Amino acid sequence: MQWETVIGLEIHAQLATRSKIFSGSATTFGAEPNTQASLIDLGMPGTLPVLNQEAVRMAVKFGLAIDAELGRSNVFARKNYFYPDLPKGYQTSQMDKPIVGKGHLDISLEDGTVKRIGITRAHLEEDAGKSLHEDFHGMTGIDLNRAGTPLLEIVSEPDIRSAKEAVAYVKAIHALVRYLGICDGNMAEGSLRCDCNVSVRPVGQEAFGTRAEIKNVNSFRFIERAINHEVQRQIELIEDGGKVVQETRLYDPNKDETRSMRSKEEANDYRYFPCPDLLPVVIEPDFLDEVRAGLPELPGEKRARFESQFGLSAYDASVLSASRELADYFEQVQTVCGDAKLAANWVMGELSSLLNKDNLEIDRSPVSAAQLGGLILRIKDNTISGKIAKMVFEALAAGEGASADAVIEAKGLKQVTDSGAIEVMLDEVLAANAAQVEQYRASDEAKRAKMFGFFVGQAMKASKGKANPGQVNELLKKKLEG
Amino acid sequence: MHRLTLAQIARGLAAKDFSAVELTEALLTRIGALDPQLNSFITVTAEQARAQAQAADARRAAGESGALLGAPIAHKDLFCTKGVRTSCASKVLDNFISPYDATVVEKLAAAGCVSLGKLNMDEFAMGSASESSHYGPVKNPWNTECVPGGSSGGSAAAVAARLIPAATGSDTGGSIRQPAALTNLTGLKPTYGRVSRWGMIAYASSLDQGGPIARTAEDCALLLGAMAGFDPKDSTCVDQPVDDYLAALNRPLAGLRIGLPREYFGAGLDPRLSDAVMACVEELKKLGATVKEIGLPNMQHAIPAYYVIAPAEASSNLSRFDGVRFGYRCENPQNLEDLYKRSRGEGFGAEVKRRIMVGTYALSAGYYDAYYLKAQKIRRLIRSDFIGAFQEVDLILGPTTPNPAWKLGEKSSDPVAAYLEDIYTITANLAGIPGLSMPAGFVDGLPVGVQLLAPYFQEGRLLNVAHQYQQATDWHQRAPEGF
Amino acid sequence: MALERSDVEKIAHLARLGLDDAEIPRTTQTLNDILGLIDRMQAVDTHGIEPLAHPLEATQRLRPDEVTECDHRDAYQAIAPAVENGLYLVPKVIE
Repeated sequence: MQWETVIGLEIHAQLATRSKIFSGSATTFGAEPNTQASLIDLGMPGTLPVLNQEAVRMAVKFGLAIDAELGRSNVFARKNYFYPDLPKGYQTSQMDKPIVGKGHLDISLEDGTVKRIGITRAHLEEDAGKSLHEDFHGMTGIDLNRAGTPLLEIVSEPDIRSAKEAVAYVKAIHALVRYLGICDGNMAEGSLRCDCNVSVRPVGQEAFGTRAEIKNVNSFRFIERAINHEVQRQIELIEDGGKVVQETRLYDPNKDETRSMRSKEEANDYRYFPCPDLLPVVIEPDFLDEVRAGLPELPGEKRARFESQFGLSAYDASVLSASRELADYFEQVQTVCGDAKLAANWVMGELSSLLNKDNLEIDRSPVSAAQLGGLILRIKDNTISGKIAKMVFEALAAGEGASADAVIEAKGLKQVTDSGAIEVMLDEVLAANAAQVEQYRASDEAKRAKMFGFFVGQAMKASKGKANPGQVNELLKKKLEG
Repeated sequence: MHRLTLAQIARGLAAKDFSAVELTEALLTRIGALDPQLNSFITVTAEQARAQAQAADARRAAGESGALLGAPIAHKDLFCTKGVRTSCASKVLDNFISPYDATVVEKLAAAGCVSLGKLNMDEFAMGSASESSHYGPVKNPWNTECVPGGSSGGSAAAVAARLIPAATGSDTGGSIRQPAALTNLTGLKPTYGRVSRWGMIAYASSLDQGGPIARTAEDCALLLGAMAGFDPKDSTCVDQPVDDYLAALNRPLAGLRIGLPREYFGAGLDPRLSDAVMACVEELKKLGATVKEIGLPNMQHAIPAYYVIAPAEASSNLSRFDGVRFGYRCENPQNLEDLYKRSRGEGFGAEVKRRIMVGTYALSAGYYDAYYLKAQKIRRLIRSDFIGAFQEVDLILGPTTPNPAWKLGEKSSDPVAAYLEDIYTITANLAGIPGLSMPAGFVDGLPVGVQLLAPYFQEGRLLNVAHQYQQATDWHQRAPEGF
Repeated sequence: MALERSDVEKIAHLARLGLDDAEIPRTTQTLNDILGLIDRMQAVDTHGIEPLAHPLEATQRLRPDEVTECDHRDAYQAIAPAVENGLYLVPKVIE
């Protein structure tokens, strides 16, 4: 039987506010345990929440960016359950009236097509603390520094049909929240977390299959692997005559498998009700206009502009607009060198491999956009060849010069274009290889073509790569024929 | 000295008839001598009180004045007091030394009040008899075999017995007004949002409101003026200027339109209380008020709606008492579930557990619409009744309670019977309007209270009417024998 | 719809309230009495009425995004039942 995969994602994005959603505690990552847990975060008796306006603004930004319905008023609700990292015994969240309603996001697939993914809603809520399971004499330690950090939970429609699409969607959300400056997107620190609802159904069937929820899959790679594994598990289960149970599963990256999270799945009854300590949040039209006016250019808009303004291919435009930092870098390089295609090639080629090799983000690039732009300028004006340019780039990456010009100067890499000088050099090369010259002249066309490269190589070697390759080719041909 | 009201104390201190330290010492002595009969205090903070009194005297010597500078009070034990046990009369918080002050505590301290300690109450303010306290029941100074009402029963008993001139209380369904009525005091529940709830341990967040209990309307005006006001720490606190309640006291009542809701005078009301209330109405007429009958048809649904909304909110509010970060933790928990279940099961008293369970049930899957949502709709109907009535009248008047104080233990085994005692007071909490109870006579030696209700933020009008009535009558001046 | 023992056990579990076995019949009875009182409201016609969650129907005030709190861990943990290395301790949580 042919199976179709159906995936819906719930992404929790920690909002990049300075203080927590309901208290004035700092949200800095990595502080000593419980040093960022105030009376409110600890759920001390008598304490009350007051909503952070920046969290509201960030959620609204996101809503505008996904073209969502933004209701005039939204309501906080309490989700009641007991867990030691949940100090009040309830999570303040949103239920019936979320701040962000129905919207959508377009994602680019590998084949270059664009797919629209529906976003059901996005709501504000507070994060929980952390349970540390290292052994404290058989006890668990609770750190509430994270408790009360604002989260935007982004719930997608079940529009996603493969693990690859899921990754593309998460990457698009990741890029978007970073573009908007509302989340740092650091998945390793848990700033962006993903729960995947996965089900399968026979191709052509309308009704959804029973879904399993895979919790907290925290890297793009794991999302793909966890979903693929889960899809396989479900198909095998059904084909063996079994049934998928609705449950929460945990992905184990070490074993590359998902397993059921609770042996006896407890029916949760969260007893949601409107939080009586918080009043409805009203979004005034003026506020909406103000936020809208402050929105940056979004990934989709940028991609389209890169195509139209710079004539980049759809693929190049989408790679370069994937993150705001990369796009900004590319645009700076382009501005300096005035050649978008060369800039794109260098950013996506040499620069990307350099960053990948050292596992660096673009904002930590050892070669600045100004440096790279300056380098490309020297390629364009024939000061250096493409090959020498790579040497210069490596020198810049190694910090061996403040600019391409400085490196070229210091290392004497300036291309030789004086044909007189090249001819002298070529004569020397031919003299030194007299036997090969004779052999060349005695050969037929096919053989000559093969041998020609040898002379070019020798010539470039003799010039230490500085001779203009075009001129070398031309003059060499003349001399050999002659 | 213990017979003085706050207003008289202010004059005495200003005239240097006595110092705050002398007054504090006298009252501490009196508390030590008499409170064993009443059990109105959970904690007496003698040392802090002395220090605050000295500070008040010093401030006065430095030229400060202020009506509450040096005024002795005490707080209901659900207001957090930094460095002092704040128990909510529960075993769960018996070891809870609050790390911070409630806004009300802070404001009154800033005004110069001297706090003598923390007052007994129903556990987590759930009750109308002050019998459910972990620290034992409070007794009514008018008859120590009777309950003082609740949940602010310690506040009421201590003020009625002249151990302190005034106290703070909180009112979720009548917890200031009902004990005031049963102990011959004046107690005011302000408009929801008038007084900050920061640091007032929550029972039902959308109903709770702190307020004063004193012997006179004038004293309530003094205290409320200091307690009320905007607080950025409470999202539900209203950013609106506080009226000059003292200035409002002396307005004449001529032309005041009083509404008597027929629903308040039906079956269930002790006829002797009805007579006392009508006598009060006659007195107010003499002062220039006009009276007409009005209807509040949805009042009869208030008890069921209240006993859904309040427990629902409470069930969630009290989840934080889990034995992890503060408060009672059971011995040797075997696992996490055992920690929760035993800490909470052993720590909470029977009535608190009952309300948590009722609230949990009302919010649970499948019942939310039938209970919680239904109750919220009735809440709107009740509010609409009041808004309609206040188109016709300036003030609503009726009995505060259907019966005078009852015997200790009489209703403690029958929660439903006890709930019905809240019939006249809970509508004000559901609607959020202010209400006041004032002394209006006696039945079998037990006090009778009259309740006044006013539109939102008309606390001044309530205090004005009560003050004018108290100028014309002396019920409020009567003291229980032996105190 | 009267509650049965099993309902009461379920509610007590949701609320994490330990009840003695001996308490349950009495608790069940009392809860049923209370629900009997509450159920009187089912007779009220509330068709078309909007629920009222807050008496004043005001709207939420927002706070500027400022860090106003500093570290008070020692003071706050002085009243905690069990702490170690700045962490609150609970019996082992099994995932």
